[in-house]
Amino acid sequence: MLVAASLALSASAAHSFCGFYVARGDARLYNHASQVVLARDGDRTVMTMMSDFSGDPKEFAVVIPVPVVLEKSQVHIGDSTIVAHLDAFSAPRLVEYFDPSPCRQPAVTKSLSEVSVRAGRMQMDGVSVNDPLFGVRIEARYTVGEYDILILSAKESGGLALWLTANGYRIPDAARPVLAAYIKQGMKFFVAKVNLKEQQKLGFQSLRPIAVAYESPKFMLPIRLGMANATGPQDLIVLALTRSGRVECVNYRTVKVATDQNVPEYVKDKFEPFYRAAFDQQVRKEGAVVFTEYAWDMGWCDPCASQPLSIQEQRELGAMWVDPAMAGSRPATSFVTRLHVRYDRAGFPEDLVFQETGDRTNWQARYVIHHPWQGDLECEGGAAYRAELRERRQHEAETLASLTGWNLHDIRSAMHVEDDWSRPVENMKWYQRLWGTSDAAGGR
Amino acid sequence: MNSARSPHPTRLDPRVWQIATLSGLLVYGMTALAFEIRLPQAAVTLASALLMQWACTRLWRLPAFDPKSALISGLSLCLLLRTPSLSIAVAAAALAIASKFVLRWRGKHLFNPTNLAVVAGLTSGRAWVSPGQWGNVAFFGFLMACCGGIVVNRARRSDVTFAFLAAYALLLFARMAWLGQRAVVPLHQMENGAFLLFAFFMISDPRTTPDSRLGRVLFACLVALGGASVQFVLYRTNGLLWSLAACSLLTPLIDRWLPGPRYQWSAARSSDPTGRGMAHGTPIHAVAGRRVARALGFGRA
Repeated sequence: MLVAASLALSASAAHSFCGFYVARGDARLYNHASQVVLARDGDRTVMTMMSDFSGDPKEFAVVIPVPVVLEKSQVHIGDSTIVAHLDAFSAPRLVEYFDPSPCRQPAVTKSLSEVSVRAGRMQMDGVSVNDPLFGVRIEARYTVGEYDILILSAKESGGLALWLTANGYRIPDAARPVLAAYIKQGMKFFVAKVNLKEQQKLGFQSLRPIAVAYESPKFMLPIRLGMANATGPQDLIVLALTRSGRVECVNYRTVKVATDQNVPEYVKDKFEPFYRAAFDQQVRKEGAVVFTEYAWDMGWCDPCASQPLSIQEQRELGAMWVDPAMAGSRPATSFVTRLHVRYDRAGFPEDLVFQETGDRTNWQARYVIHHPWQGDLECEGGAAYRAELRERRQHEAETLASLTGWNLHDIRSAMHVEDDWSRPVENMKWYQRLWGTSDAAGGR
Repeated sequence: MNSARSPHPTRLDPRVWQIATLSGLLVYGMTALAFEIRLPQAAVTLASALLMQWACTRLWRLPAFDPKSALISGLSLCLLLRTPSLSIAVAAAALAIASKFVLRWRGKHLFNPTNLAVVAGLTSGRAWVSPGQWGNVAFFGFLMACCGGIVVNRARRSDVTFAFLAAYALLLFARMAWLGQRAVVPLHQMENGAFLLFAFFMISDPRTTPDSRLGRVLFACLVALGGASVQFVLYRTNGLLWSLAACSLLTPLIDRWLPGPRYQWSAARSSDPTGRGMAHGTPIHAVAGRRVARALGFGRA
């Protein structure tokens, strides 16, 4: 299966993504968040699915409903580093600022010089999957890269299930009605397994993403098959590349995640758990919605979690409108939208259907920490700055508690602050800061 | 000419209820649901609609400026149409209002003004509709249904709404049965603010639906069938909006085949002996017809 944190195919085990992870035998694998790159222009779609599958490659298999029969030339083995690059470029980010000296200018609490940026690479909770199966009429069969690929069609789900079973796949009962619905809507089934000989010959240790190109008015991701054998909610990240603007979901509400929130300094070392908790909290609050985490013109970024993708990288991901002749000239090329959805059977009865909008407003999920001035505060503005710091810390702690659902008391402990939100060092005399308090302690 | 008059002359104009409901929905959407529309765009849209209404009132020499219909069109556009361009917002509002005066057939405007403007916006490629923006909160749907129900009942054209709801629900459940889906699928498709808004506030427009009850039921069924076809056969979004615009062209044929009494908005007209008190009254057609005829060089109409 493919799937994973970045993509969407799944393999054996289970869960899957827009697809359906299929496992041979009783293998049980665990997927993390699926990740799919969707490049869309008119009716043309390139879907790149990446998996963080880490089990035995021979256990990997994925079944994905696709709208048309795919010829061999419509399937391409992608480069996982490019998908990872796009993931890093669009990930929710933490920005830090350093306060200037309050003694040189009025106390400042924001708009300070930005020092660094850190992109969050989210590791989503894994979801286990059962072992699904398939079967039916073979429309096409070929090997691309390390994958053996079949395109199946069926007249009814029973035949498909029989075929799959006869070929060593097992399909959960819950998947059969879903298969039947896809069959009636004329969908075909893309089934991929790893060809071990080819893999050894090619020398790749990990599974590379599979990209498929097709032309269809259907701008959607089939998630129902993956839910059929899932044991709980699954995370899916959709990285959409378009010519003109932001992508949104039309049959579920699309909501922007909280952004531009000031959080305590210590979040710098806990950004991943912070964002996971913040996302969990928003899912609890909003329910069955699709979250936007990033919407930006690929030509630039501010702050940059990673450099924008090159023209060649965008084309590799399917941005067919990008002209290679423009490389090195005008960078603006594609608009990238990052959507994150946590779906389950109860909240998401339908597949995700998308539309491209004309909205080119740049938007990002950004969290901010401010580092206090560490130098001398013995000046006119020092006292006011300290008071402001205490107030700021309280707001940051409350914001963090609200965003994540974490206990305020625990947050205070992690911030190492006194009851009045000051840091012990801020209450020291100048000579204590100069020599520390260890001498006094040792003299006792 | 208009022939039907309200049987309840003293009743409050249902458009006042409609304006209140749409305003409430817009405030709710902009605050609680973070609709992708900013206050300046909403203000510009409403102002453009009112200005165009005023201009057309003068141009067509109507006896009084009535802002109610223009406000309804403007509010509906704010609820539906999304665009980053203020000029598109202005153009859509102006088109909506102008269409009531220009695109007429035997005393009725042909298209629901908002529907026409939204479809034109979609065609421009610089505007879109976000049907998912309402979410699927059952309570909210219920609330909208109630408010909308009040409006249509007061407008006495609830038959078209309920015929449409029944026809569309039938199609969705038939599709569900064919695909072997769970009932939650069609329910999810209908538990949507955009769908309810369409059913209770757009297709129910008494000035653009057929005159006879049978005609309206037929019209509603055609719109439902067209909308479902666009969505489930062509796999395009906003099927109902496209379908309503297309089916509106059939209204004159339906009226000819199944004639009925013409609708008037309120009893206010009863105090207007000229019959020109309302923005949508038939006399407008007469004036407009003469103007168009002159413009085309046909002399006096």
